[in-house]
Amino acid sequence: MSGILVVIEERDGRVSRGSWEAVAAGQKLAALTGQAVNAVVIGAQTEQLAAEVAAKALGKVVRIEHPLLTVYTADGFTLALHQLIEQESPAHVVFPHTYQVRDYAPKLAARLGQALIGDVTAISEGPVFTRQLLQGRLNGSYRPSGNGPCFVSVQAGAFRADEAQAGTAAISLFTPTIEPAQIRTKPNERFRGAAQTVDLGAAQRIVGVGRGIKDAANIPMVQELATALGAELGASRPICDNGWLPMERQIGSSGQTIAPRLYLALGISGAIQHLVGIKGSQCVVAVNKDPDAPIFEAADYGIVGDLLEVVPALTEAVKAVQQ
Amino acid sequence: MKIIVAIKQVPERDAQIRIDAAGKWIEESGLQYALNESDAYALEEALQLKEKHGGEVVVLTAGPERVGPTIREALAKGADRAIHIDCADLGSRDALGVARLLAAAVNPENPDLILTGLQSDDLGQGQTGVILAELLGLPHSSLILHVEKTETGFTVKRELEEGWFQSIELPTPAVLTIQSGGNKLRYATLMGIKRAKTKEVRTVTASDLTVDAAPVVVLERVALPQKQKSTQMLPGTPKEAAAALVEKLKFEARVL
Repeated sequence: MSGILVVIEERDGRVSRGSWEAVAAGQKLAALTGQAVNAVVIGAQTEQLAAEVAAKALGKVVRIEHPLLTVYTADGFTLALHQLIEQESPAHVVFPHTYQVRDYAPKLAARLGQALIGDVTAISEGPVFTRQLLQGRLNGSYRPSGNGPCFVSVQAGAFRADEAQAGTAAISLFTPTIEPAQIRTKPNERFRGAAQTVDLGAAQRIVGVGRGIKDAANIPMVQELATALGAELGASRPICDNGWLPMERQIGSSGQTIAPRLYLALGISGAIQHLVGIKGSQCVVAVNKDPDAPIFEAADYGIVGDLLEVVPALTEAVKAVQQ
Repeated sequence: MKIIVAIKQVPERDAQIRIDAAGKWIEESGLQYALNESDAYALEEALQLKEKHGGEVVVLTAGPERVGPTIREALAKGADRAIHIDCADLGSRDALGVARLLAAAVNPENPDLILTGLQSDDLGQGQTGVILAELLGLPHSSLILHVEKTETGFTVKRELEEGWFQSIELPTPAVLTIQSGGNKLRYATLMGIKRAKTKEVRTVTASDLTVDAAPVVVLERVALPQKQKSTQMLPGTPKEAAAALVEKLKFEARVL
């Protein structure tokens, strides 16, 4: 059992950004453990994808190809990767931490008597893997203690895609044995929710509101601040779950990714799903009554206080400088 | 339709967190606990399916004695009975170990559907339901917002990234992990709370389930995260802080 296997995911026919980050993580792990790094692409037609990956400093790129892998299913991907892992017996398997990986990697690991170390933010000597606990309020250091391959998925943005070193890798083909009856779920076409009329991704100023707002009746107060700033209104997931603002205003991994010049996070604790979505913001301001809220770690400016008191004061101050 | 809902008791969202003396987890004494959020949505989905199609909703949880009130809460909301896996060392088991406990308890029940929340608010691994499906040999789907019963199984609405969704068809029995926000959560009624007191809670001890408890992944140490940015905190009354902030945004960050 040796070597690092990075599982590549495609997006619109190209290698996804998160996959390059996983390659960078794999190379980091290789530097710490002195192992070779290989990559695997999965699908019905993987030639182009494999060629793209093979331009990195990797030992080899394996193409897992099968007609039953045309669309993703947890059963299909688990069967295919399980067979490859049995043959290659890598010591580490590294994934990007995407919704798709979350859907099958724990299953694949369990089939080999292992457990995934998911959503990893750092890899250090040992190797020891860091991941967040309690919605980002603590970091946990995890060490594998099993005797099988160690499965790791890396958080979006934790490793830099542009640090994946260039090179030339050999490409090989692997044909798994999959029977149609082994794929028990039937995925249908993907679809968008309600038509997106709000493009938060392009907004230069955004005011985001979270649980600290306490009541839907307090939304207009925040809207008034947004209007004064010429900002779009956004929200963390719980606010949209409650129906206090429409889903299309949700910021975070399941909503929109934003990159404004100014982002005001009001009463948002800063769960990782939210922080991932605001990473591109230039200047982040956090207002929260909990001084230990993780959002302050991502903020340039912070105010500890009740947003119901701070927001009206802020609206007034903004209006004052604009006169 | 018989539905099992696997739920977890977690520290309350606003609870003050202190790292314990060993530096391996948080100090649990004096901590307030609550039902994990996405598990509450899983329970809600189960209760709505039962109201539509009839059947039974069984809640299943692993944990020490303190999980009692969380079980009662689920029963008060409308679950019919509960199975409590009494387990004092839940924290030292990894995701696979916990799923093994749950699988051992689910097996004799032969349910048509198993629901869990997408992930726990404390460890946040998001693996239990998916591993449970593997251990039980059942198909699964994760991040589910809506479940519809069909003649042969279920059609579910799965959340994808960046505002996309997908509908997926599964045969019965199946395991689904439920994303929060798909339904409106109900409150327990006074009548529900009263009824909950007479509902069956069967306790099995973890050691009776004879599953492998040796972890393959160990949480060695916990620590407070280091700041990614140097945050300037602005003190004072709300008015003073607001004025200072606007000043900074205008002249220092130059974003106003």
